[in-house]
Amino acid sequence: MKQEIFTIQSNKKIAKDVYELILAGNTDEITTPGQFVNIALDGFFLRRPISVCDYESGKLTLIYKVVGRGTEKLALMSEGETLDILTGLGNGYNTAKSGESPVLIGGGVGVPPMFNLAKKLIAEGKKVTAILGFNTKDEVFYEDEFRASGAETIIVTADGSYGKKGFVTDALPEVDYSFFYTCGPEPMFRALSKVVKTEGQYSFEERMGCGFGACMGCSCKTLTGNKRICKEGPVMESGEIIWKD
Amino acid sequence: MERLKVNLCGIELDNPVIPASGTFGFGYEFAELYDINILGTFSFKGTTKDARFGNPTPRIAECTSGMINAVGLQNPGVDKVISGELPKLKAVFNKKVMANVSGFSVDDYAYTCEKLDKEEQVGWLEVNVSCPNVHGGGMSFGTNPESAAEVTKAVKAVTKKPVIIKLSPNVTDIVSIAKACEEAGADGISLINTLLGMRIDLRTKRPIIANKMGGFSGPAIFPVALRMVYQVTSNVKIPVIGMGGVSTAEDVLEMMMAGACAVEIGAANLTDPCACRKIIEDLPAAMDRYGIRSLDDLKGAV
Repeated sequence: MKQEIFTIQSNKKIAKDVYELILAGNTDEITTPGQFVNIALDGFFLRRPISVCDYESGKLTLIYKVVGRGTEKLALMSEGETLDILTGLGNGYNTAKSGESPVLIGGGVGVPPMFNLAKKLIAEGKKVTAILGFNTKDEVFYEDEFRASGAETIIVTADGSYGKKGFVTDALPEVDYSFFYTCGPEPMFRALSKVVKTEGQYSFEERMGCGFGACMGCSCKTLTGNKRICKEGPVMESGEIIWKD
Repeated sequence: MERLKVNLCGIELDNPVIPASGTFGFGYEFAELYDINILGTFSFKGTTKDARFGNPTPRIAECTSGMINAVGLQNPGVDKVISGELPKLKAVFNKKVMANVSGFSVDDYAYTCEKLDKEEQVGWLEVNVSCPNVHGGGMSFGTNPESAAEVTKAVKAVTKKPVIIKLSPNVTDIVSIAKACEEAGADGISLINTLLGMRIDLRTKRPIIANKMGGFSGPAIFPVALRMVYQVTSNVKIPVIGMGGVSTAEDVLEMMMAGACAVEIGAANLTDPCACRKIIEDLPAAMDRYGIRSLDDLKGAV
């Protein structure tokens, strides 16, 4: 973890209520896909935890959805403005577990962390399939970016307005995969957990106080003991999760 | 720096800045960012006789200039704190630490304090009779003078270390409770714990916090905390640690003018992990600005 000041390079709307924020600053603390950053916003007491979509030396890409007054404020910020960010938080995905042909399953704003993960896995020579699920056509983003990365990309929408109609679980049976990585809403996770054929890694979210393990605000029970979503997580192994229903 | 030194129940502190229990873990997350030996001391995560997972999530809600938490005293239990956390802490912190203790019965408090009394690293016992997030314990001991005095006596009987009783603001007459603790032998008082608060999610029409209510902290509560510190220091002779919404060097000075001999910093650590370092660095210039030569001169200036 490090506290860094980042400068906004661009902050543009890429789908309904969804923004892509490109920042210049020190990204050295980010070491694996699936980690997150925690952003301070003037006038708001708590920081906003946002997953890392992509990073390289000196450049950080985040994708966020406007869901409340904090993210509404973030969406109004523009090029040249600065943000106080805690960077390199949490434990990300482990690409060493992927096998030869991993599947990446993203739902809504769970799609962004899949992007850098796809790039990393492809760079390691893996055959990557990405299943990206959205509610409707207006909410679809990053399809071209995923295709350009070299991932076999399948888009599904719940209402059938774009791509294949249905949920990510409807697209999964067509894919032959060695391991799965996923990020998205918990109902999607519960549905997935009933149909996946291999081990995998899930990335969870929770309301956080600090985002770096001090307040115990985001604890959960797992088969391998109590964990903090922000510190030992957000990524958890499929074999350690206790499903709530 | 000599002018920042204060005395807390017979132990000298390099400065009055103390991260508050529950906002600083057992120190090592913060030690990644700065040398925590610059602190006066810190109060470690509230420890109970047995391990506790705490409350269901969500445990956190944001407020204007503050936050609500309902963690519910998640901790590994006193035995694991002693065998696991204290040795790890020793690697990054060479000062005496303040042990924060909670319980669900008078015997619980005495049991946990007796164990921590034997630990060399522990300088003070801060006895939390004010946690708003647990049922059948915590705050219920701190909301009337008799039970607060009973806990104080039981703890004093098992330790030679200074005993500081941490009080709840969720009472009608905090002075009577502070006085009862003083008469029962407390070496110091710390206040305030969080104010009981609540938020509702307009979308779901349900409380944001799974436990419905939680403890409200942050800059928004500072004036309430300052008022209560002033009321208590005006009525007891034992040292008082002031806390509640402190987030700047000026807040520290204000708390000390109200009579506090040291100051705990809570929620500020969560939003800015380097908050305490910045406050310590800012203190000398803030003192210069208001013509304060040493913090010792300040106590009870009002």
